[in-house]
Amino acid sequence: MIIVTTFAPITICTAVSGIDLELSFVDAVKGWGLSSELAHVLWLPFPMLLVLVAAIIGVLVSVWLERKISAAAQQRIGPEYAGALGILQPMADGLKLLVKEDVIPARADGLLFTLGPVLVLVPVILSWVIVPFGQNLLISNVGVGIFLWISLSSIQPIGLLMSGYASNNKYSLLGGLRAAAQSISYEIPLALSVLAVVMMSNSLSTVDIVQQQNGAGLLSWNIWRQPVGFLIFWICALAECERLPFDLPEAEEELVAGYQTEYAGMKFALFYLGSYINLVLSALLVSVLYLGGWGSPLPAEWLCSWLGQSPNAPVIQIVIGSLGIVMTVLKAYLLVFLAILLRWTTPRVRIDQLLDLGWKFLLPISLVNLLVTAGLKLVFPIAFGG
Amino acid sequence: MTLPISTELICFLVLASIVVIGGIGVVLLSNIVYSAFLLGGVFMAIAGLYLLLNASFVAAAQVLVYVGAVNVLILFAIMLVNKREDLAPIKGLQVRRFVSGLVCSGMLALLIRVVVKTPWAVPGPTAIGEEATERIGEHLFTDYLLPFELASVLLLMAMIGAIVLARRDVLLEDVGTGEPVDQALLEKVKTPVLTEKTTL
Repeated sequence: MIIVTTFAPITICTAVSGIDLELSFVDAVKGWGLSSELAHVLWLPFPMLLVLVAAIIGVLVSVWLERKISAAAQQRIGPEYAGALGILQPMADGLKLLVKEDVIPARADGLLFTLGPVLVLVPVILSWVIVPFGQNLLISNVGVGIFLWISLSSIQPIGLLMSGYASNNKYSLLGGLRAAAQSISYEIPLALSVLAVVMMSNSLSTVDIVQQQNGAGLLSWNIWRQPVGFLIFWICALAECERLPFDLPEAEEELVAGYQTEYAGMKFALFYLGSYINLVLSALLVSVLYLGGWGSPLPAEWLCSWLGQSPNAPVIQIVIGSLGIVMTVLKAYLLVFLAILLRWTTPRVRIDQLLDLGWKFLLPISLVNLLVTAGLKLVFPIAFGG
Repeated sequence: MTLPISTELICFLVLASIVVIGGIGVVLLSNIVYSAFLLGGVFMAIAGLYLLLNASFVAAAQVLVYVGAVNVLILFAIMLVNKREDLAPIKGLQVRRFVSGLVCSGMLALLIRVVVKTPWAVPGPTAIGEEATERIGEHLFTDYLLPFELASVLLLMAMIGAIVLARRDVLLEDVGTGEPVDQALLEKVKTPVLTEKTTL
């Protein structure tokens, strides 16, 4: 009986715009005699929990990848005893950090010391609100979309400064200052390259940005129209995630571990989690902005018409939806793989080289990129989203 | 009272109390670092109030500009000069505090009078929500074009200034040693300022 009530709305709403799980859930709950407001409130926790779980699993997978790929790069085997191919090793790491003693240094500032990691992690998790895995498969299609991500990621430096200051340790303070300086200077070219994409899609919403790229599959992806913007965004994303070659804030040889030096146990785990969630998030956003998001190289609608299937049939809708999720995750993990490979094969830049690259190279280039995009938009409105 | 209205009311009360109590804390706390962090919290709560008014673009801009730029700059300045030293006692501190408190409460009384006496049009205009971004853009390029362009030129000047300051190779030689300046901070050959005497 319930199955019938949940599936009926799907077939109705698919004709409009793909699968809308929220609508079918709300209708099903209304069928039990509850008001639509209450149904909406009941629906809210589901996508949030789902995305939180997805983010954590994404972190576990990328930690495992990091360990295995680094081992391969250094001709080691890497973790192999915890589960097949050591796949449970990240779980073991996490459990260890969970039960470790939580130490607050004697002369540290306890309140700020605790608040710092939270302020680093929360904005990163909040940013997952705007990551689309399909037409309706995101927590909220916020109108300001990608702008929300940029503004949320600007909160992070405060958390880093806070934990660096509160640790009462010169290495921590230096690491925190470096992290904040780095993330401020790379935020500007990052925002400018996003602005060029936004200019082409005439919208800040991530869903609109993806849809604008999915006219002709692979050929209509933004990477062909914004090759310079793609490179700038990727470099800046690596710098924002503090990955090598830009991991100056935690440079082991100079600063012990930067702002994380005094942290142990769960608070350290929060930093660790934050940095990996941020890496996966950045990879997902690169795929959304430049690699067509959930779109496959051959548009699913073409495949349907070749196979003689109607794209509005419920089963086909579910297949297309899962294909979209697979495509998004696949693209994101290809980029994560690239980031890990970069980390284990490139040397670290010096602080003056880092700031030179940000202010004297990326900033002017991204300004020129924006100008050229605006010009092309005026001259070729068909190709550049007039 | 329906669910959305009561939720909105609770959110408003929480955010408003954060703004008021946080604002008082920023002024009264003696540790300047706490004040700066608290100021960030107040800015965030104000962004929350904008969100409650259905102005998501303004809220995001508030977070980006005030929390991400202004507050981080303040924290930077504090952390680079903070020495944790006891300041010398100022003469007549009590009197100064009393006078500034008097001025502030006078200001508060004035503002409260304005709030109470003004005939507010309640309820205000309905929020346009998602369209706001486009409407802000339209207004910036029509009604407020001159201030917008002036601000843009000002910001461009600041940016070019920052780039010129960062590119120190515009100064061709070092002021102290007279040798040509390059960007390499570490590899620079250290020539002593005082030339050695080779013959006696």
